[in-house]
Amino acid sequence: MKRIGVFVCHCGTNIAATVDCPGVAKASLDFPNVVHAEDYKYMCSEPGQDVIRKAIKEHNLDGVVVSACSPRMHETTFRKTLESVGMNPFLLECANIREHCSWVHPDKVKGTVKAISLSRLSAAKVALNQELTKSTISIEKRALVIGGGIAGIQAALDIADNGFKVDIVEREPSIGGKMAQIDKTFPTLDCSACILTPKMVDAAGHENIELITYSEIEKVEGYVGNFDVTIRKKARSIDMKKCTGCGICWEKCPKKLPSEFELGLGERKAIYTPFPQAIPNKPVIDRENCRFFSSGKCKVCQKVCATGAVDFDQQDEFETRRYGAIVVATGFELFDHGVYGEYGYGKYPDVITGLHFERLVNASGPTGGKIKRPSDGKIPKNVVFIKCVGSRDEAKGKPYCSKTCCMYTAKHAILVSEKIPDGKPYVFYMDVRTPGKDYDEFYTRTHNKYGAEYIRGRVSRIYQQGDKLMVRGEDTLLGKQVEIEADLVVLATAMVSNSDSAELARTVGFSYDAHGFYTEAHPKLRPVETHTAGVFLAGACQGPKDIPESVAQASGAAVKATGLLSKTLMATDPMVSFVNTQVCYGCGMCVPVCPYKAIELVDLEERVHGKTKRRLVSSVNQSLCQGCGACTVACRPGAINLKGFTNEQILAEVDAICL
Amino acid sequence: MKYAYYPGCSLNATGIEYNISSKAVASYFGVELKEIDDWNCCGASAAHNTNHWLSLALPARNLAIAEKEGLDIAVPCAACYSRLKGAQVAVKESAAAKETIKDIIEMDYQGSGEVLSMVDVVHQGIGLERLKEGVKLPLEGLKVASYYGCLLVRPKKLAMDDQENPMKMDEIMASIGAEPVDWAYKVECCGAGHSTQKTPVGFKMINDILRNAKLSGANCIVSACPLCMLNLDMRQKDLKQDNGENYNLPVFYFTELVGMAVGYTPEEMGVPKHFTNAITLLLEKNLHPAGRRGA
Repeated sequence: MKRIGVFVCHCGTNIAATVDCPGVAKASLDFPNVVHAEDYKYMCSEPGQDVIRKAIKEHNLDGVVVSACSPRMHETTFRKTLESVGMNPFLLECANIREHCSWVHPDKVKGTVKAISLSRLSAAKVALNQELTKSTISIEKRALVIGGGIAGIQAALDIADNGFKVDIVEREPSIGGKMAQIDKTFPTLDCSACILTPKMVDAAGHENIELITYSEIEKVEGYVGNFDVTIRKKARSIDMKKCTGCGICWEKCPKKLPSEFELGLGERKAIYTPFPQAIPNKPVIDRENCRFFSSGKCKVCQKVCATGAVDFDQQDEFETRRYGAIVVATGFELFDHGVYGEYGYGKYPDVITGLHFERLVNASGPTGGKIKRPSDGKIPKNVVFIKCVGSRDEAKGKPYCSKTCCMYTAKHAILVSEKIPDGKPYVFYMDVRTPGKDYDEFYTRTHNKYGAEYIRGRVSRIYQQGDKLMVRGEDTLLGKQVEIEADLVVLATAMVSNSDSAELARTVGFSYDAHGFYTEAHPKLRPVETHTAGVFLAGACQGPKDIPESVAQASGAAVKATGLLSKTLMATDPMVSFVNTQVCYGCGMCVPVCPYKAIELVDLEERVHGKTKRRLVSSVNQSLCQGCGACTVACRPGAINLKGFTNEQILAEVDAICL
Repeated sequence: MKYAYYPGCSLNATGIEYNISSKAVASYFGVELKEIDDWNCCGASAAHNTNHWLSLALPARNLAIAEKEGLDIAVPCAACYSRLKGAQVAVKESAAAKETIKDIIEMDYQGSGEVLSMVDVVHQGIGLERLKEGVKLPLEGLKVASYYGCLLVRPKKLAMDDQENPMKMDEIMASIGAEPVDWAYKVECCGAGHSTQKTPVGFKMINDILRNAKLSGANCIVSACPLCMLNLDMRQKDLKQDNGENYNLPVFYFTELVGMAVGYTPEEMGVPKHFTNAITLLLEKNLHPAGRRGA
């Protein structure tokens, strides 16, 4: 016979306002196996926990139900309470009578009935709870950062400064990411490169950091503390040890191409570094466009290289390394405004994106920092900015607010006024959203000091008339149509997830949302973790973010990663699946449904009627299993069960409320 | 190839040239247009302001008659097209709407068969390849601004082409040897909704369309809508009175130009019925039989 205690929390008035808590406690005494029940104002407080501790000792309890808030909130708290008096922490059940009851039901009588039902359900389950013990796994003291933009660099620097080895894997030839393309930063207008490049240099020179550029993640196996990651190092065609980065090769290379870094506004060679401050400052050969690789003739770069570093025979290399933690910092892309017919389907050369504009104002950009429009190189006078292109537009774009556009458009408007003496910026907006330290003050200056004209309304059409772009829209404050003769139009296109973001999430094994952004474990309380233990998030891969936010999140992710790496052994959650091999007949249905690749079929040797026989059965890797329970549903003979959530426990719960 | 043909009211009156030329083009390419028996008003412009079910039931009755013969429906008028297509979509989207409509018209209607604009009949039904092969007189020298207006391409679920930059008429024009110009006003409103009650409201709209066509280098406009045609063609003289602008820009139904390209005379296509003189342009470009004989 079990001895169960039920503890009903008032949560101030959060629960007590719509649930009769003393009544629930009194009713609980009638549940099977319940020997003690009481209510208290704040069960999670220290005196509240003392109530539980005292009752456990006094009544010699071997099962505890806390009827309070969601287990997501305080399950850990109450498990520790049990542990503190020497009781197995898994003999606890939390009945959620707050989020699932008092907060959503206004009727106190009905709410009380439901709270009693939920408490009865938990009491029925806890009667079947088993003592579970945590096991431990070792931790590889090395971290992997995927993505070498500002978020990845910051995360790597913080992990490295804390004394752990860390590798940055970046798929481009250089680290730096999007921030390297940006000219100025808001709200201070300091130069982006001037604050980024020192960090890039720090990362490259740090004794604990290894840069693995022009490389991609091929495969991830293993689990928290022991990820085995296969990295594909793309053939650079350059011997990194021999190359000195002197630059003679890309100077002499005869093949010119549009530069990706300059978004097609400038040129690069077939052997190139993406930008002058690239790190490592060693080139790669773009084999698709290299004259030698396409026609078999040329080799100019090899001939001029003094150190013999050009190697046309290099192949992609694969290397598998073990990491204890992974920080994902893969950044974002910009929305392709080619779907907007009203803005010309992307066919007008002088309708550009904000990032193009960054390159046009950048001193090391294709125009040397002079704002010249792409079509004819003229300096524009009227520059129209259109915000929310692709964001807050469920019809053609994304429903979410892209968060950074209001501020970068304000910055662009200031730059137009500063750099073009008779320049006039116009900004079409839906709302101006500038929360952030010194942000709104910055925006206010754009119209108070720099003469930007803000027009509240959407642009319905842009069309070419002569060498002008006619921008027609509505001023919803005046209730009038407006038409502006623009020389240049800049679209604040939304931040969207990388086109291959889902692929990486599947390779590494964590979840993403409908828009391809990576999902944090909890939107408020666990913003830098994923649901997969040991995998952390930094920067815009998790959602639109500006630089300060990306850096802050990166440092947060680094703390989480180093917290993990600082342990030698780590306790694992014992609520994992286990297989009853007597019942399992090796059908293998559970193997593909497991999202964590934790189940495999293994050979089982057994003695049957005096003979040795072998057969296949499922086996769960308890370190990989995250306790989701998908396998228990798929298992036809019911051979797999989840510790802490066995089929018997679930059925007992159902019986408790239905019978 | 055979279609049920829904001419609607305009094509027997202001848009008779559209009717004549559509039938001529169809017959040249061996396409049979079988006029729907006992067809009734499509309800455009009046019914949807009066009663929602009336606006669906009127076109649905025409569709139901055509459905009995199992034919796709060819609709030249853009407003008729929008009403017929709208009724079909309503029936396809909602089983409840279908039942209500069937009750009102007291006929069965399942929403089968395609509702096609005349542009689609030429573009897909005849096809650009056959069209090119059939050309006897390439319309060289005509720089055409293809004007789609509103009802052919909006709303999206009734559209016969892209909403912002439709190209089907442009492609038809290129196939018959004319030169389609890239211009900005191909889907702008021409103001025809107010054309009869508050005529001056539309003047700015018509003016902008004609001006942009001219600025884009067009020497004529093609239309696939009797109302657009009326507004752009007939109102040019009102514009002249209103703001002194004299565009003198001929406006054609696209089927008239297709008809001339395959050998019909402008007179056979009804071109002399236009308000803005279009014959002079054809003579200038050596596209009129009289002119060619003289040359």
